[in-house]
Amino acid sequence: MDLRLPIGIIFTIYGILLTGYGIFTRGSAIYQKSLGINVNIIWGAVLLVFGLVMYILAKRSEKS
Amino acid sequence: MIDTCLQPLLASVSGSTGALAGENAIKINLNFIDFSILFVYLAFVIGIGFALKKYSKSAEDFLLSGRSIPGWITGLAFISANLGAQELIGMAASGAEYGIMTSHYYWVGAIPAMVFLGIFMMPMYYGSKAKSVPDYLKMRYDERTRVFNSVSFAFMTIASSGISMHALAQLLNFLLGWDYNICLFATSAIVLAYVLKGGLSSAIYNEVLQFFMIVLGIAPLAYLGLKAVGGWEGLVAKLGESHMHSWAETGTMDNPLGVPWYGIIFGLGFVLSFGYWCTNFAEVQRALAANSMGAARRTPIIGAVPKMLFPAIVILPGMIGLALTQNPTAGSYAIPSTAEGLNYNLVLPSMLNHYFPNGLLGLAMTALMASFMSGMAANVTAFNTVWTYDLYQGLSGGRKTDKQLLTMGKYATIGGILLSIGFAYIARSSMNIMSLLQLVFGFVNAPLFATFLLGMFTKRSNSVGSFWGLLIGTASAVAFHGISLAKGMTPGIKGGWITPYFEFPKEMSQAFWVAIVAFVVTFILNAGLSLATKRTKTDAELGGLVYSLTPKHHEEGGSWIGRPAVCGTLVLLAVIILNIIFW
Repeated sequence: MDLRLPIGIIFTIYGILLTGYGIFTRGSAIYQKSLGINVNIIWGAVLLVFGLVMYILAKRSEKS
Repeated sequence: MIDTCLQPLLASVSGSTGALAGENAIKINLNFIDFSILFVYLAFVIGIGFALKKYSKSAEDFLLSGRSIPGWITGLAFISANLGAQELIGMAASGAEYGIMTSHYYWVGAIPAMVFLGIFMMPMYYGSKAKSVPDYLKMRYDERTRVFNSVSFAFMTIASSGISMHALAQLLNFLLGWDYNICLFATSAIVLAYVLKGGLSSAIYNEVLQFFMIVLGIAPLAYLGLKAVGGWEGLVAKLGESHMHSWAETGTMDNPLGVPWYGIIFGLGFVLSFGYWCTNFAEVQRALAANSMGAARRTPIIGAVPKMLFPAIVILPGMIGLALTQNPTAGSYAIPSTAEGLNYNLVLPSMLNHYFPNGLLGLAMTALMASFMSGMAANVTAFNTVWTYDLYQGLSGGRKTDKQLLTMGKYATIGGILLSIGFAYIARSSMNIMSLLQLVFGFVNAPLFATFLLGMFTKRSNSVGSFWGLLIGTASAVAFHGISLAKGMTPGIKGGWITPYFEFPKEMSQAFWVAIVAFVVTFILNAGLSLATKRTKTDAELGGLVYSLTPKHHEEGGSWIGRPAVCGTLVLLAVIILNIIFW
C-alpha cells in the first residue's frame, strides 16, 4: 500500500474539517487567542493542499 | 525510546506535572470539532494496521517488514520513533530554560551520529543481514555479548515504553481531566491493535503519519508566537544575550547548560549521541526495514533533514514563552509558575492552549498524543523482535519454524504492552524508580557504542574484549555515578552514593562525564583484552561484519545527490552553517 494514500486522505479530511469550522466560526471571539487571525481557515487550507498533493502523488505512481 | 541525552531533563518532566497536580494551572477545553479530529486520527492508525495485515503473514514480515519499505518512509519513521511527546515538551521546556543552547541536542547531539550511522555503519548492519542489533553482536562476537545486549535492551526499551505511556496518561489527566487509568489502557489498546495486526510495517507507516501530525499540528505555534513577541528582533530584544547563543559562552562552565564546549562535543556530540543513535535497535530497526542498501544508508540521513529543522518548531516556542513571561503585558502569555519558580515543562501545552482556538487546538492535542504513540509502538516492535529472535530463538539454541517465530512475535507484542503498562504504574508510584530507570539507559549506551566502534572498524577486537569490556565498562559508569554529584543535589539516586567526590555544576555535566568514563573504560578494556588474547574469528567469518572486510556499496543508477557520502556531507555542512548562524 502506498503510504501517501492514507496520508493524503487524512489530511484532506482535516483540511475540510478545519476550513469548514473556520468558515462556520468566522469572526467569532475564539480568534482573539490567535491574535485575531482565523487560523482554522488558513491552516485548514494548507492541510487540504498538502493532503491533495499526497493523494495525487500516490494516484499518479499507481498508474505508472 | 527516550533519547538518553535527555535523561537528566526528562527525569523532571513527569515529576513536575505530578507535583503540579494540585495547582490551578492550565485546563484545556475541547469541543466537538477537536474530538472529531482525534477520532479520525484513531480510525486511521487502526485502519492502516488492518490494511497492512495481509503483508504480515510471516515472522520476517511481521517483525522485520521483510525489507520492503522505501527510504523516505524509513527515514521519517527513523526520527519519528524518537519523537516522543517527552521530547517535544522537554525541548520546549529546555528552550525556555536554556535558550538556543538547547539546539545542541539536535545539531551536535543527533545529526553527526545519524550521518555516521548511514555512511559508515549501515553497510555492516544491513549487509550482514542481522535481524537485530544483538544479532549483529552475536555474528561479530559471541553469544555472551548478544545476551548482555538483548537483556539490557529488552528491559530498557520496555521501561522506556512504560515511562512514555505514564507521561502521556499523566499529561492528559492534567490538561484535560481525563482519568489516568482509562488513558493508559485506551492508548495501549490502540497501539496493540495496529501493531498486532500490521506488525512492524504498520508501526513504521503510522510513525510517518505521526511525524506529519506533529509538524503540522505544532508548527503554527512558532508563527503565532513570533507574531506575539514582535518577530525575531522582538525576541532578541526581550531575551537579551543569555539565551541567544549556542557556543559563545561555552569557553567555561559558566553558561546555561553548565558544560564547556569540549563537554558538549565529546560528551553530547560523540559519546551520548552516537551511543544512542548508532546502537539503539528501536532506531536501527527502521533502517533495517528499508528495501535496499542504498535506502537503508539514506534512512538516517533523510531523517536528519527534518531533525535539523525541529528547533524552529519546539525550541523556538520555548524561548518565545520565556520572552513573553519576562515582558508581561495585559492578557499576554506567561509560563505557569509554582512556588519553586517557572514550570518550564508546561510551556508547550500552555502556549498551545493560549494561542490555538478550537479546531487547531484539537489538531495540536491529537499531535501530542500521536507523538507518544509513535514512541510506544517503536519500543514495542523493537522489543518483540529482540525477544523473538535473540531471546526465544537465540537462547533455545535451535532454529524455530516460521510459525513458531510468528506466534511468539505476537505473544511478545501483547506481553510487551502489558509489561509497559506495569512499568507505567511503577513510574507513577515513584519518582525515584523513574530516575533510576533513566539512569540505567545512560549507563548502557556509551559502553555499547565503544563496543560497536571497535567491533565494526577493527578486525582484532574479539569476544573476550567485547564481553568484559561491556560488563566492566557498564559497571564503571555505575561506579562513577556513585562518586559524583551535581551541585545542590543530595547523595542517593542523583549520584554520590559511594561518596560525592567529584562535584559538577549541573546534572547534565555529570551525565556527560559518566558517559565519557564508561566509553573510555569499555574502549580500553575491549582493545586491551582483545590484543592480549587470541582472535576468536577469522577474516572469512568476519566478512561483511567489519568495515575493512565489507564490499564497498555501489548503487546502479540513482542520482549523484542520493549517494550517502554526498547527501550525508551536505547535511553536515548544513548543520555547521546552522551552528555558525546561532553562535
